[in-house]
Amino acid sequence: MDAFWIILTGSLIAVSCSLLGCYLVLRKMAMVGDAISHAVLPGIVIAYLLSGSRETLPMLVGAAVLGVLTTVIIELFYKRAKLQVDASIGITFTWLFAIGIILISLFTGQVDLDQDCVLYGEIAYVPLDLWFSESGLNYGPRAVWIGGGLLVIILAFIFKGYKGLFLTTFNEEFAKALGIAVGFWHYSLMGAVSLTTVVSFESVGAILVVAFLIVPPSAAYLLTNKLKTMLLLSSIFGILCSIGGYYLAVLINGSIAGAMATVAGIIFLIAWLISVLRKNRAIKPFDIISS
Amino acid sequence: MNDLFQFFSFSDPNVRYVTLGTMVLAATAAMVGSFSFLRKRALVGDAIAHSILPGVCLAFMVSGSKTPLVLIIGAIITGWISLLVIDGISRTTKLKNDAAIGIVLSVFFGLGILLLTSIQHSGNASQAGLDKFLFGKAASLTKDDIITFSSIGIVLIIVVLLFYKEFKLISFNPDYAKVIGLPVKFLEFILATITVLAVAVGIQAVGVVLMAALLITPASGARFWTHRLGNMIVIAMVFGALSGFFGSYISYVAPNMPTGPWVVMCLSILAIGSIWFAPKRGMLAKYKIQAENKKKILVENVLKLFYHLGESSNNFEAERSIDELLATRDLRKIELNRGLQLLRKDNSVRLKEGNWYITSKGLNEAKRVIKLHRLWEMYLNQRLKLEPDHVHNDAEAIEHIITPELEKQLEKELNYPIKDPHESIIPYNKD
Amino acid sequence: MKTAIETHNLTVSYNRRPVLWNIDFEIPTGQITGIIGPNGSGKTTLLKAIMGLIKPSSGYTKLFNKDLNEVREKISYVPQRESVDWDFPASVMDIVLMGRYKSSNLFKRIKQSDRDIAAEALEKVNMLEYSDRQISQLSGGQQQRVFIARSLAQGADLYIMDEPFVGVDAATEEAILNLLTEMKNQGKTVVVVHHDLQTAKDYFDWIVLLNTRLVATGPKEEIFNKKLLQEAYGGKLNVLSKVGELIKEKDFPVRERK
Repeated sequence: MDAFWIILTGSLIAVSCSLLGCYLVLRKMAMVGDAISHAVLPGIVIAYLLSGSRETLPMLVGAAVLGVLTTVIIELFYKRAKLQVDASIGITFTWLFAIGIILISLFTGQVDLDQDCVLYGEIAYVPLDLWFSESGLNYGPRAVWIGGGLLVIILAFIFKGYKGLFLTTFNEEFAKALGIAVGFWHYSLMGAVSLTTVVSFESVGAILVVAFLIVPPSAAYLLTNKLKTMLLLSSIFGILCSIGGYYLAVLINGSIAGAMATVAGIIFLIAWLISVLRKNRAIKPFDIISS
Repeated sequence: MNDLFQFFSFSDPNVRYVTLGTMVLAATAAMVGSFSFLRKRALVGDAIAHSILPGVCLAFMVSGSKTPLVLIIGAIITGWISLLVIDGISRTTKLKNDAAIGIVLSVFFGLGILLLTSIQHSGNASQAGLDKFLFGKAASLTKDDIITFSSIGIVLIIVVLLFYKEFKLISFNPDYAKVIGLPVKFLEFILATITVLAVAVGIQAVGVVLMAALLITPASGARFWTHRLGNMIVIAMVFGALSGFFGSYISYVAPNMPTGPWVVMCLSILAIGSIWFAPKRGMLAKYKIQAENKKKILVENVLKLFYHLGESSNNFEAERSIDELLATRDLRKIELNRGLQLLRKDNSVRLKEGNWYITSKGLNEAKRVIKLHRLWEMYLNQRLKLEPDHVHNDAEAIEHIITPELEKQLEKELNYPIKDPHESIIPYNKD
Repeated sequence: MKTAIETHNLTVSYNRRPVLWNIDFEIPTGQITGIIGPNGSGKTTLLKAIMGLIKPSSGYTKLFNKDLNEVREKISYVPQRESVDWDFPASVMDIVLMGRYKSSNLFKRIKQSDRDIAAEALEKVNMLEYSDRQISQLSGGQQQRVFIARSLAQGADLYIMDEPFVGVDAATEEAILNLLTEMKNQGKTVVVVHHDLQTAKDYFDWIVLLNTRLVATGPKEEIFNKKLLQEAYGGKLNVLSKVGELIKEKDFPVRERK
């Protein structure tokens, strides 16, 4: 039963990340996603310190705002100080992450995080952290509810915002010329990535979030020419990572998050191989799932 | 306080070794990172750092030993593989560089974490301390570690000195380098190898996660002090060394704190400080220049007021009241007063019983600006074919910019015109 | 002459350096206008300033005698083909349908009427049979036609195109020219930034000759004389360039703020 809860939590988070990640990869902003997932750490720690509890709503929102702030800071370095974009990203997230680690070390007693776990989370403990109602009813692991809630929000965002995201990702200039507020779409996406990162932190840590944001979408991108298929494939790959990762971790008794990232790598490798073979043999391009 | 004194006395040989070692590691990384920075491959360094973790773990699993040399060999192997994979993905698929870096970074690191935790859970006593690779623990460095790493650091410095000119060329102008026949591929191979080595070694100080900072941040800050590569590298290395020193100090006072974040804090503050305070290229310097520009524009505009009034009444020496001056141009009273005070200081205008008059020094300056204004209007009218009623605003801005040599060029090109498009006379100097 | 586009004293900077200087012209409705000039003369910058993508340092633009925001629905912009990543996972129809997006319907589903209009537009550029083709499989000329079809689907009165003839095959060139003529016959206005002086004479009715400043504007017979062409293509104005560099170097404001 434990395995089920863990895999379910992993899958819920994986799908949220993989869906958003498709847009990050298409916008060539994969590393900004990486930056955000590191930079939210100080926000999370401060929220822990202030609220004294875990994952209250203000904490999620506050930390997510810091994630959006990260992109603002990166832009300040890039546009105002005229620092090249890769350095802008690098300086910002390493600095913020360092602050986060320092805070954790300084306040180890008061904060329910430890510095190694921010990297790879504690998804193994998910089944232990149950949500009890006042009357003592067991609703199941908190993480599943939170992950599920997040997924609902992300699905709504992607569904409702499909045209806007599609347009501003493919041709931002044209969108601006149509009078569309491209800034709104950019910051909404960053906000969604932030929120997802913060919510996922506790279960899977910073590194796995990045893996889920970038790897399944990249693998899907290599296998299809249709956006809707890419979104679907990306989600399926995310779920596969979750399942495969769990069993791999059990096999060699290691971190589940690490295993999930490793399985993501294996899936990508296979997708890479297929795409290269296709090109070389000049097989007529076909969709893995024709829809 | 006692700690501080003890630390600085360097009486403890351990302190000496750790401090020196960390400084060398950080400085070396900063040196190598300067080239990554120039070639815009800063985030590749991040990927290399993350991919070293599985190499270290595998090396331990295979050999059972934790000697620095063994671990470094493992680090170099996976470090190099990560570079090849990033390059491969970018070249053979439609994925771009950013995605390639992100994929390698997260997958390799995930694999590393998997292996690390597996080793930790296996209860193998000899693995204790492998996790220092995550965030760095300078305090755990032994004398032998330091000697090994410092030697490598020195080798790297020598390599950079040897190939300095070539590295500089392929960083600034890779196409030209190819054209003149430099073995670009070979040089890039060397550069990549020393980057992997610098990262493998630098990780001892700051750990895997923050290693990217050690490469990028010093160079980013140094960039604001100078554009010359040699100076930039030296400054970056100084930043690195300082931060390494600081990190060691923290490691000494609080042995349970990871060193990495403190080194990065110090680096980041140095870099941000550079961005703000560096002379000429820093933000503050830029604001200062803008303020000086505004001042120049203000005083020149005020001087012009006197000229206009003088021209229309045919009397340049007359005293003018504030109201008279204000009526001539759309200027705020506060600005006008400020301008007058500035001009009074260098004797361009004088105050007499509440009214202002312009001195000959001021008048000459006013003439100069008016001349430039009217010359520019002629230029716009003659060469850009603009109508006379479209040239004024442009000239209002450009009159403050034209240098004396540009002025001469302008006169010559327009053939020393006497009047501007509005039939106003252009004031030439008697000489 | 009814005016489609009017610029007044337009000065536009790029990287703090003025690339367009005091541009003043009027473009008539119902004609095909070509904006030509040497490389780096500011042609694309001019388009972007007109479309509100770049904010000018001074001056303004009027479209159909109104502000851009009042008449956006009547204006269609075709960006440079290379400004977009054609590996994007989308079909030809997906792209053309973008021409039917507006801020008012961005959150609503695509209607059948939208699809019909898009299909019609594809038909006009001879690309209807490629509706379901993935854009990564298209040739350069086909990609250009898709961009134009997207623009047609907007149903605008003024079409502004950035170098639509670059790198296209002869069939596409002819298709686009025929289309432009048809559009003109329907009373539409077309403004094209063009890269090639030789063909400009045949393609356009009205010319704007640009080299950082406006060299000349008018019907093509008046523009294609040796003197004007020499002025436009004979190199940059020396003094003007120097002033531009000074502005950038010393971080001077291009216009005084009141």
